Amino acid sequence: MLGYDISWAAFNIIEVMSASKFTFKRIGYLAASQCFHEGTDVIMLTTNQIRKDLSSPNQYDTGVALTGLSCFVTPDLARDLANDIMTLMSHTKPYIRKKAVLIMYKVFLKYPESLRPAFPRLKEKLEDPDPGVQSAAVNVICELARRNPKNYLSLAPLFFKLMTSSTNNWVLIKIIKLFGALTPLEPRLGKKLIEPLTNLIHSTSAMSLLYECVNTVIAVLISLSSGMPNHSASIQLCVQKLRILIEDSDQNLKYLGLLAMSKILKTHPKSVQSHKDLILQCLDDKDESIRLRALDLLYGMVSKKNLMEIVKKLMIHVDKAEGTTYRDELLTKIIDICSQSNYQYITNFEWYISILVELTRLEGTRHGHLIAAQMLDVAIRVKAIRKFAVSQMAMLLDNAHLIASNTQRNGICEVLYAAAWICGEFSEHLEEANQTLEAMLRPKVTTLPGHIQAVYVQNMVKLYASILQQKEQAGEKEAAQEITQLMIERLPQFVQSADLEVQERASCILQLIKYIQKLQVKEVPVAEEVIALFAGELNPVAPKAQKKVPVPEGLDLDAWINEPPSDSESEDEKPKTIFHEEEQRHSRHRQPEIDEEELARRREARKQEQANNPFYIKSSPSPQKRYQDTPGVEHIPVVQIDLSVPLKVPGMPMSDQYVKLEEERRHKQKLEKDKKKKKQKKEKRGKHHRHNSLHTESEEDIAPAHHVDIITEEMPENALPSDEDDKDPNDPYKALDIDLDKPLADSEKLPVQRHRNVETLKSPDSEVPLVEKKSKKPKKKEKKHKDKERDKGKKKEKEKKVVEEEEEEEKKGEDLDFWLSTAPPTAPTPQAQSEPGTGTAVVAESQEVKKEEREEQDEEEEDEGKKSSKHKKKKHKKEKEEKSKDKKKSKKKSHHSEEEPPVSVQNGTLEDEPLPPMSSYRLLAENPYIKMTYDIQGNLQHDSQVTVSVIFENKSTSFLKSMELNVLDSLNTKMLRPEGSSVHDGIPVPFQLPPGISNEAQFVFTLQSIVMAQKLKGTLSFIVKNDEGSTHEKLDFKLHFSCASYLITTPCYSDAFAKLLESGDLHMSSIKVDGISISFQHLLAKICFHHHFSVVERVDSCASMYSRSIQGHHVCLLVKKGENSVSIDGKCNDSTLLSNLLDEMKETLSKC
Amino acid sequence: KCNTNTQSEWKKSEDTQQQIIRETFHLVSKRDENVCNFLEGGLLIGGSDNKLIYRHYATLYFVFCVDSSESELGILDLIQVFVETLDKCFENVCELDLIFHVDKVHNILAEMVMGGMVLETNMNEIVTQIDAQNKLEKSEAGLAGAPARAVSAVKNMNLPEIPRNINIGDISIKVPNLPTFK
Repeated sequence: MLGYDISWAAFNIIEVMSASKFTFKRIGYLAASQCFHEGTDVIMLTTNQIRKDLSSPNQYDTGVALTGLSCFVTPDLARDLANDIMTLMSHTKPYIRKKAVLIMYKVFLKYPESLRPAFPRLKEKLEDPDPGVQSAAVNVICELARRNPKNYLSLAPLFFKLMTSSTNNWVLIKIIKLFGALTPLEPRLGKKLIEPLTNLIHSTSAMSLLYECVNTVIAVLISLSSGMPNHSASIQLCVQKLRILIEDSDQNLKYLGLLAMSKILKTHPKSVQSHKDLILQCLDDKDESIRLRALDLLYGMVSKKNLMEIVKKLMIHVDKAEGTTYRDELLTKIIDICSQSNYQYITNFEWYISILVELTRLEGTRHGHLIAAQMLDVAIRVKAIRKFAVSQMAMLLDNAHLIASNTQRNGICEVLYAAAWICGEFSEHLEEANQTLEAMLRPKVTTLPGHIQAVYVQNMVKLYASILQQKEQAGEKEAAQEITQLMIERLPQFVQSADLEVQERASCILQLIKYIQKLQVKEVPVAEEVIALFAGELNPVAPKAQKKVPVPEGLDLDAWINEPPSDSESEDEKPKTIFHEEEQRHSRHRQPEIDEEELARRREARKQEQANNPFYIKSSPSPQKRYQDTPGVEHIPVVQIDLSVPLKVPGMPMSDQYVKLEEERRHKQKLEKDKKKKKQKKEKRGKHHRHNSLHTESEEDIAPAHHVDIITEEMPENALPSDEDDKDPNDPYKALDIDLDKPLADSEKLPVQRHRNVETLKSPDSEVPLVEKKSKKPKKKEKKHKDKERDKGKKKEKEKKVVEEEEEEEKKGEDLDFWLSTAPPTAPTPQAQSEPGTGTAVVAESQEVKKEEREEQDEEEEDEGKKSSKHKKKKHKKEKEEKSKDKKKSKKKSHHSEEEPPVSVQNGTLEDEPLPPMSSYRLLAENPYIKMTYDIQGNLQHDSQVTVSVIFENKSTSFLKSMELNVLDSLNTKMLRPEGSSVHDGIPVPFQLPPGISNEAQFVFTLQSIVMAQKLKGTLSFIVKNDEGSTHEKLDFKLHFSCASYLITTPCYSDAFAKLLESGDLHMSSIKVDGISISFQHLLAKICFHHHFSVVERVDSCASMYSRSIQGHHVCLLVKKGENSVSIDGKCNDSTLLSNLLDEMKETLSKC
Repeated sequence: KCNTNTQSEWKKSEDTQQQIIRETFHLVSKRDENVCNFLEGGLLIGGSDNKLIYRHYATLYFVFCVDSSESELGILDLIQVFVETLDKCFENVCELDLIFHVDKVHNILAEMVMGGMVLETNMNEIVTQIDAQNKLEKSEAGLAGAPARAVSAVKNMNLPEIPRNINIGDISIKVPNLPTFK
């Protein structure tokens, strides 16, 4: 707290938290929120206290508890308190509700299992009457969706409605940001959005909202235009608008403009490139944030043409920059820009090397290792540049004192590491090898960091070897002996080094050279043998190569090499033997594991032995020698530069020359081209090299200065391609990647305290278990609860009129498709043809209709926002519509069918061709008193259960009570009865029906086989009570379980779908139905609706569909529409199920 | 002066906290008057997804650290709301108010931002809630007799000694006489 550790007071804080007075409690929670964290051990003591405070009658007690909890929630706390917080989400006070909603995000993060049970409630809160609660819910869902947008696509219609109705800028910003994240996943969404977004842009006065709108419009355009070139004009427009922002005098807008620009840059670099002038201008800005943003932009803007120019500008900035952080940033950016996509934009590597050398003159940079890595990379991979690189590096080594003289801690001396290595490895290119060797042997070198000295020592020998060879070939024996003498004189300074590595290498080498000296005295030619020490070429290896080496067949890395001690002997019993065994194994392992150094030393010794063995026959001349005469090196235009290099005074920029040179060269090239190129010879030469595909030269006419052979990094043979490398397994948000559309399972309840748990009516439905658990009397309270929520603003008159039917989650998938289908991506469907406007026009119109309808309804009821999602209730609503024909009176009471515009309006298809009202509820039985309709839903979590929802509608003027439903079980299908009751007992319907009222009850059935449709006989008995008295009545019915009712709408992605079809273990069957007149769109909707399928992909008049049975059968359909007929090909694991399904489908389709 | 509101998402060791505050102050205080109000996140504040957004009022800096899910301009507005709320609650807020009533500042902030997420942006709503809570505190104090009671209650709380005050030398262990074994 306030910078001091007060963990010692943790327990006292808890004491204050549990004070009864709010004053103290607040202080306690404040302190806790400041200093408690995951590791605080006393935190688990707070669980009960917090629970008590959460249920306190004082709203501020609850408030501070929530606020405090939000800061120190742990997985344990989250698990234990999730249910209490869920309860608070429907608290009467909006102040508590909004806090409870917001804290749920924290709970989800710590306890991801709670997300699915809590989500329906959270969704409800999106339409809370209180704007604060609403905004909190939007906040939470947006935060969730930001990490895993695809799970929240189905909420798009709801958010769309919020966006068009909300006036709260905060909420709007959040929603718009969310849409920005969703559009890349669903391009159709983008089309819908453009219109309302433009409206917002025109109408809003808030700059923040405006900016977010523009941002999302950009995201939409990007998602739309990928692949379609005709949108580049609108992108251009956006860029132009952003330019205005950037040119604004307000620095904040300038910054944000640049930020948005970088988004466009990712997909449309060309359109941003034209504003290079502006970006470069921003580099001169006095504000560091703006400069950094501009730098980011530059990264994407470079091309072969402008790279040199841009880097030149940046170099000027490097010199001018005052702060080290900014200068470091510039440096890394320069390197990033140049090295991006495998040096794609570099045409002249000499220029690049000199840039790198110039960068070494920067003072106080931390990025020495970066420069060093680049030098090494370029020198190794670009063979043609080696000669030049070596000369530059030799110069660096020569001037090492300049670099190293800056304080010891200086990161820049890292470049010496690279310089020494390059000079050593490619020593055959060195002109003045003697001089360089001397430079490396200077006493000053010993002040360098250990790892650099080690490289120095190692590479000295390489240099020495090549010098030795030169001299011997030239027959200058004395010179050769001189150089040996020099080594022997200077090496001892390294032998004394405190760094182990340096010491070891130095003493090894010293002995080697002493031996050489002996041989030299005897006038034995040794150069060949010495140079053989370093024979062979080093190839670059890709950083991930090691990981990608495939495991050879038959090798199981997880298998024990030695059988583990058997489990039967517990370790406690025989610790000694196990220990003994282990030790043995240990020692056996140890032998082959000789450390690297040792190995190297041995190898060296062996080589030395070989070198000195006159009988040892060397296999072949060293490959190093071989590539000296490879083509490619000779035609580098080094002549002029070579002259300038020795004259160079360190500190003077020289890369500028290259810029000039390059210009001249390009000019010349142009001229050459005009004169009908004679270049063909040159090109032929270029073909000797493995031409890198990156140098396609198609982008511009600039040919690289020299045909450079960029060696690609080596990968092991048959490396496994995998993209998994980049995923972070520790991402906390990954746990929240949960499919929210799946129906909720019973097992997914939130943990509750025992004593609250009351026996519950077993219902697999999504919402019920949670609600029930909270209350002692499940049904009644639930009813009240919900009414309260919904009717809060209203009078109580409407209370208990109609009890909510349960939401049907599974429909959401379809809803989204319907909702989006206003602007189908393919050719216009019939309904769109009759309406000339585009998709957005339809939306606008449909919105108008919505508004009109709303105005009508407003007379009856004011509050639109209180309704729970209409999408969830669509089914119910439709059903109501059907019924409402013959019951005018009850129409007004059943508020859903009234207030919400009909489904088809939402689809935007009302005007021309409304979707026929569809209801999955079928008639079960009817008599003058009562009408029963039913629907069967599969239950994904129980592979042998289905839920039958029956709506009982009282048609009479009497009161119906004591209803009891009984079914004659078959062998295969049985009704789930409460424990202890016999098979012949009926199940009481948990409500009574006043006249004209309908209500729904659910019954669970267990089945064994689901491949066949089944029928069950049953009876409903009830008592009719009216003024004249009461009579006992009965109604018989037949419950028909169709095969489709065992299917659960399951979304499927096309790639998964394709894989499924490929797998080949599906049975195939097909049907054809003639005389189909409805549109394909409606046909699909029908199949989706009645048979629980979802559309995987749709192309013109052909669609693939998918569904899954409760027992996990996959069912795939291919639906094709011909002139007047429809053919359906089906594939399924079970052929009986498939043929039954297709028969059912045939029946449905033949009706239309 | 610098008032850094490190949002509660940042649970770090005390050292890191102090370092963050120092670093932030260092960054922010150097900036000119008319430059933009955003600072790119360094490693300390959690990588490139995070930004510092600040506003400068006389001698005070209000710094928020937010990730990319927040709207930049929106946060600037939020800071404005925060400052205006402070002004209302303290009646002409000044630096001393913030220093001597850190708890109140935190309470106000807690009404606006909860667990790192924006809770309420409507100033009137915030002020109402704060006032109601203050009233509640006052009424409690009234019942208890005097605010002094609260002070004494806190004082009398059984705080353990801070380790350096523990004097081990004073502790003498008495060994009871044990019957001798035969």
